Amino acid sequence: MIAANLPALQVVLPLLGATLCAFLRRGTWAWGIALVVSLAMPFVAAALLIQVLDGGVISYAMGGWKPPIGIEYRIDVVNAFLLLLVSLIGAVIMPYAKRSVEKEIAPEHQPWFYAIYLLCLCGLLGIVISGDAFNVFVFMEVSSLATYALIAMGRDRRALLAAYQYLIMGTIGATFYVIGVGLLYSMTGTLNLADMANRLEGIENSRAVLAALAFLTVGISLKLALFPLHVWLPNAYTYAPSMATAFLAATATKVAVYLLLRYFFTVFGASIIFTRLPVSEIFLILSLAAMFGASIVAVFQDNVKRMLAYSSVAQIGYITLGIAIANKTGLTGGIVHLFNHALIKGALFMAIGAVFYRIGSVKLDDLAGLGKRMPITMGAFVLAGLSIIGVPGTVGFVSKWYLALGAFEEGWWWLVFLLVASSLISVVYIGRIVEVAWFRPVSAAAKRAEEPPLSMLLPTLLLVAATVYFGFDTSLTAGIAERAAELLLAGIR
Amino acid sequence: MKLDVIFRVTAKILIPFALVFALYVQFHGDFGPGGGFQAGVVAAAMIIFYAIIFGLEAAQKVFPPRLVELMVPAGIAIFAGVGVISMLLGENYLNYSPFAANPALGQEYGIILVEIGVLVTVSGTMVAIFYSFAGRGR
Repeated sequence: MIAANLPALQVVLPLLGATLCAFLRRGTWAWGIALVVSLAMPFVAAALLIQVLDGGVISYAMGGWKPPIGIEYRIDVVNAFLLLLVSLIGAVIMPYAKRSVEKEIAPEHQPWFYAIYLLCLCGLLGIVISGDAFNVFVFMEVSSLATYALIAMGRDRRALLAAYQYLIMGTIGATFYVIGVGLLYSMTGTLNLADMANRLEGIENSRAVLAALAFLTVGISLKLALFPLHVWLPNAYTYAPSMATAFLAATATKVAVYLLLRYFFTVFGASIIFTRLPVSEIFLILSLAAMFGASIVAVFQDNVKRMLAYSSVAQIGYITLGIAIANKTGLTGGIVHLFNHALIKGALFMAIGAVFYRIGSVKLDDLAGLGKRMPITMGAFVLAGLSIIGVPGTVGFVSKWYLALGAFEEGWWWLVFLLVASSLISVVYIGRIVEVAWFRPVSAAAKRAEEPPLSMLLPTLLLVAATVYFGFDTSLTAGIAERAAELLLAGIR
Repeated sequence: MKLDVIFRVTAKILIPFALVFALYVQFHGDFGPGGGFQAGVVAAAMIIFYAIIFGLEAAQKVFPPRLVELMVPAGIAIFAGVGVISMLLGENYLNYSPFAANPALGQEYGIILVEIGVLVTVSGTMVAIFYSFAGRGR
């Protein structure tokens, strides 16, 4: 019974957990529920991934209504991989959350914080697992509304403004998405993504379908913070509570990228996207602009969280570059970077959250000399930073290697130079932090700092260890990413 | 408002009937226009109306803020819980057919149950929003 209902449990457990948290008044108890749910999620996702790797696509009919009429949860290698990623990040972050949330959120709001976090997790997992265009929209709203609330709970008053800014941008994105879905529905008469892909055959060139594609692309690109639609992201990541920033940076944009992949490759099909329309060129230019523009802006930031946020925009550029290259190797690079960047940014934001826990600031000047006071935390930060740069032996290198190979296969040798050049910019901003933390006299803020509690340190170290481990053993990440890329390029047809 | 007899008498006559109408909308929802959302809005509007006429304290005596705050997740828990019961009965999530010997009847029972969840959450949320606005600056 449990095995057959795993797809539903993946979404229902966080939802039930969220309602339980909302009943409680003590933050610790709510944390306990959130912990149990978050730790259960990777097991569900892993069981689904194993089933998919063995036996192909899983289809689950919500409420017993058969697809394409009812809502179908449809799991193949691509979204099983994403489900595992999102739930793993949630599970690693939850033990870390307790002390961080106790410090940053008022006691009476803590149960609500965990309830909202679980709703966000439920929404993100729902977007990934659902095979129904409108159901995806509903989950997109669940996760987005939860995200706005999470960001607004930051201690800084500017958090409210950041959340409002994201609310406006996110709502525009969701509206564009639903307009696109509406156009597709009027043309095909179905909301089931797989069914839609079949019915689009023969009418791909009609104006309504192309308009739908445009709306969907812009709407989802807003959510995934593709340059130049990224303006909401730096403020949101800077002012959100540390735990929320780490979780969102590692998962939310990745889920939006997945949705874009799903529409581009499964629904519309690679042939219409890449041979008949200049999507590849557009994404190539925007990705390069993100890789260089956002990286350069990151260099000049004085707030480390904001620096990392701009770095996120740049790294999303690498992921979309994989989509633009659009051959199997390049797409593998993009998908594997989805996973790798989630690990790296999760680790970086968790390390900086631990710094905030101790010194109450993330200003670059206040970090001066911190390498001597918090050597393990800052060491972890630098190791993850090396991954961002793409040093061999880290996950960052693996993804860039695949991207470079993919570019070579297309004959775009100049792109390889650009990849290396943009990595050099990340050397500068990570280097700035290293310089400040190790080679400057200890600042007043850092004077009494010590290592964070183990419950915060261990999850951070675990993610950092993962960034190194998956840098050497790529069979799991790159292996599955390759199968996912194959599946996407084959399309439904 | 305390001295305005017309408002107070009208409210006292109107509110019970409107609340009964909310129940009608609620239980008519499974085979006609209506349902938990509309019924929840009607019921919550009556509580807000009561608060406007008789004051926030009087309304909060009948519907304490803590109860309202609990209603918000309670409705979702009812809805999600009904789905869990379907799973325990060996069917897919939210499949109501096994709730009665006759699957069609089971579907009807299921809809009625989840609509109660919708009623609880919608009315709770509306009143919670009103309380938090009305309580500002006190």
